[in-house]
Amino acid sequence: MTEGLALIAPWLIAAGVGFFLTGALGLWRFPDAYARLHALTKADNLGLGLLCLGLACQAASLSAALKLLLVWGLVLVASSIGATLIASTALARGLRPVTRRGSRRGARRGARRGSRDS
Amino acid sequence: MSAFVIGFDLLLGAGLLWLAWQALFHPQPFAAVVHFMAFGLMMALAWVRLEALDIALAEAAIGAGVTGALLLAALGRLPDGPTPRRLLRAWQRPPVALALGSVLLLSLWLVWVAWQLPRPGLAAEVTAALPESGVRHPVTAVLLNLRALDTLLEVAVMLGAVWLVWSLGPELRPYAPVTALPGLPALTRLLHPLFLMVPAYLLWRGSHAPGGAFPAGAVLGAGGILLLLADGVPWMQRPEHQPLLRLLLAAGLVLFLGLALGGLLLTGTFFAIPLAIAGLAILAVEVAIALSIALMLMACYLFGEPGR
Repeated sequence: MTEGLALIAPWLIAAGVGFFLTGALGLWRFPDAYARLHALTKADNLGLGLLCLGLACQAASLSAALKLLLVWGLVLVASSIGATLIASTALARGLRPVTRRGSRRGARRGARRGSRDS
Repeated sequence: MSAFVIGFDLLLGAGLLWLAWQALFHPQPFAAVVHFMAFGLMMALAWVRLEALDIALAEAAIGAGVTGALLLAALGRLPDGPTPRRLLRAWQRPPVALALGSVLLLSLWLVWVAWQLPRPGLAAEVTAALPESGVRHPVTAVLLNLRALDTLLEVAVMLGAVWLVWSLGPELRPYAPVTALPGLPALTRLLHPLFLMVPAYLLWRGSHAPGGAFPAGAVLGAGGILLLLADGVPWMQRPEHQPLLRLLLAAGLVLFLGLALGGLLLTGTFFAIPLAIAGLAILAVEVAIALSIALMLMACYLFGEPGR
């Protein structure tokens, strides 16, 4: 059991690092705040989950492994609500999402969202 | 393997220097603040590499989290637009050059003094004194018994910082749009039990492992700041609760000073804590300091004196 866990741990960690690199690339290259939030919340949280799972496989005790998984759970809660806060604050401040067809569709979508909120 | 570790350490050091430079000299204030927060996180990593987990915890919580959020909150209240680049006038250059030169000389002198320090440090002496300190963790023993005067002065400096912030004017209320979002109060409610449990755990751990009053106070203060941002602690701003708030802010310092004076009365030496009561007294002081530090961090976030 423990040997099997020790065998898959490096692969989980490597996959987690890969997702983190992808998230960093997205943060760097995506056009606006909303798209960057996708990179930060989806890719990075999956990367962190794989990383924590890999480290939990290598942990000395069950309580240490559970603590690592608790870290992931807390980051999930904080980052999902944080991302919602950032996105809704950006919309409230009038930041339009960038769309491929130009800014009109984004502007209309932003206006519709604004009217529903108010 | 060791080449990899040395490479990682060099990368960490170089990254720290670059982030510090960016935080100081970046033309955009927002980017400078973000670089400062990244600097705090990298610094925490550096402390982990130096096997100083207590300092890493405090650095990550206070240096990156609380200070960064304080700077961001201050930035949000500044007017938009590019900051004017302030060029030095001709008569200002000699004093600035003099100040920079003396700072450089002082830093070089500090490096030389650090080089002269006895090696391998005072760990053996601390270990020898550990049975007489009342706690089992060397860092807690140094902070709250062997070199307790330093800690006392640190708490006094923090209280002075709160005094300075409050002297700037009346408090500022959080922005209405921020408090109108449902996510922030939800997050606060969800995480609040943890923000009470983790400091209690850190305080209990402090007697035998990394932890103690400063990290516990920092975590409790971070939770409190989240509450403040969501407008969830109205009692801090009410005029009738001001005496209680001031008493709690000073509680850590007062209890610590009382312990020091009690040592003076009982044994004739300032801060000499009798072994029989040392463990219990240190725990009481730690609880009071953690509570005071948490409230001090929150008090800075009022951006002025409450109830005025």
